[in-house]
Amino acid sequence: MKYIANRLLFFVITLFFALTLNFILPRLMPGDPAERILSQFGPNVDERTVEAMRIALGVEKDKNLFSQYVDYLKNTFTGNFGVSYLYYPVQVKDVLATSIPWTIGLVGISTVLSFLLGTFLGIYGGWNRDKPAGSVLLISSLLLRSIPYFWLGMLFLYVFGYRLGWFPISNAYSTRETLTGFKLVLSVIYHAILPSITLIIASLGGWILTMRNNMISVLAEDYITLAEAKGLDKKHIMVHYAARNAILPSITAFGISLGFVVSGALLTEVVYSYPGVGYQLYRAVISQDFPLIQAIFFFISLSVLIANLLMDFIYAFLDPRVRG
Amino acid sequence: MWKVGLGIIVFFIFIVIFAPLLTKYDPNRTVTVPYQSPSTEHWLGTDRMGRDIFSQVIYGSRLSLWIGVSTGLLMTVIATVVGMISGYYGGINDRILSTITDIFLVIPGLPLMIVISSYMKVRGPLMVILVIAFTSWGSGARMIRSQMLSLKNREFVMASKVAGESDLYIIFVELLPNMLSLIFSIFFSSVLYAIIGEASLSFLGLSDVSKVTWGTMLYWAQSANALLNGMWYWVLAPGLCIALLGTAFALVSFSIDEITNPRLRAR
Repeated sequence: MKYIANRLLFFVITLFFALTLNFILPRLMPGDPAERILSQFGPNVDERTVEAMRIALGVEKDKNLFSQYVDYLKNTFTGNFGVSYLYYPVQVKDVLATSIPWTIGLVGISTVLSFLLGTFLGIYGGWNRDKPAGSVLLISSLLLRSIPYFWLGMLFLYVFGYRLGWFPISNAYSTRETLTGFKLVLSVIYHAILPSITLIIASLGGWILTMRNNMISVLAEDYITLAEAKGLDKKHIMVHYAARNAILPSITAFGISLGFVVSGALLTEVVYSYPGVGYQLYRAVISQDFPLIQAIFFFISLSVLIANLLMDFIYAFLDPRVRG
Repeated sequence: MWKVGLGIIVFFIFIVIFAPLLTKYDPNRTVTVPYQSPSTEHWLGTDRMGRDIFSQVIYGSRLSLWIGVSTGLLMTVIATVVGMISGYYGGINDRILSTITDIFLVIPGLPLMIVISSYMKVRGPLMVILVIAFTSWGSGARMIRSQMLSLKNREFVMASKVAGESDLYIIFVELLPNMLSLIFSIFFSSVLYAIIGEASLSFLGLSDVSKVTWGTMLYWAQSANALLNGMWYWVLAPGLCIALLGTAFALVSFSIDEITNPRLRAR
């Protein structure tokens, strides 16, 4: 229980860090943040927009910093992020609501597939580290880890989208006709294939390396030598003795690597004009839509933290030692 | 393996030094009509302002490598200081520093960098270096901390303590030399991270895009719809350089780990 409580405490602390950062950043700039940001939009900004901006930033002139902070937290937890200027007069929370499902779907499926494939290849690579296959796997994972996600996406888009015409070049579903039911599902899958493959390939190297190194550490343990001495079947040792123990550290690494994958996914969405939070973040950055930028940062941090917490629980379930 | 990695790094250092000899065009000057296809005159064609793309790849190595190395250095310094203090002193210092380290580890790096840079008025190379280093030192600090934990109870440290040496002396003179291989490994992998980080921020237009780096080249290629116009080489060249240089740093970092950690070595 102490472990779970610790992880929960860490979750809360980290969430507050992200929130406080969002609160402090606009205040580090000189002047009234709301008016300064809005001054970029010319003189025709009505009072309601300024007010919305103040809510988003939590800036109100007649209040001290502490009550501003309290108001800001209240607004954030009730989902009141203010109005987006990019999509004025749409609320930021509505922009989020339409883009979140796309990102969660894309990142979720790609991450699970990449994790499974990478872990499997890592087990194989660790087991065969002295053989040519192991070296090839090692070098290719180091290479994959050094490739920027968005660049790989651009190349795939060019080859399979523009050149060969196998896959659509933008959007999450066909907008040329109104699709319903099964056809819509097919269209969604069709549009997600290229971005998912990009994410899977770009993140594969990290999973392979993590699992390979865990495998190799476990293979040096005495119980592996004993199992070999007993003359057990090699495959049996690889799967039941080595891989089972090597996978635990991989699960703790999952949460941290997830942040990496999410970062890559944001840019991949930009390349494929995929309407998830990454693409919205890109558009928000270009048009300096600060309420939207802040809300997206908060949402991404929140979801990565929740995923982390879930992994911590799964870990506690799998490894009785940490439950204590 | 580390020889290949170092070889590639040396190759790029040569390009950085001898850039003016490798191309006759100024990467920032309009030399001919825009959007030219590759030719014997312009190996990779020209961009939207008629500037030579090959020259940009060559000269882009300067700022890309500079930002990568200095960011990597700064990340390593922060990671080393935080990790060593946290591991050596333990107790409440460790609780606080480890929590901060974990926060930076868990919060996804790129969104954090984007939020910070979107508020910055000045977006020059120095800002890029500071933003990446400030947000990305976590994993290095954690590795240093755990090595510190295993080192600090060794006999030679005990002996120094009994001999009355100061903590600073023990940390920097006794312990630091024993951590050099880990620190170097962290440095090389930090440079890899920084090179990709710079490319990502630049791609989003969150750096000074008037300066030539491989990242800003990708930004301009994207905003000129290079792929749609069939100018794939404009995208391919800078990205290949990033991947190649990144792999070189990854190879060196991995080799250091392998040499110092015999368990990882092939039998």
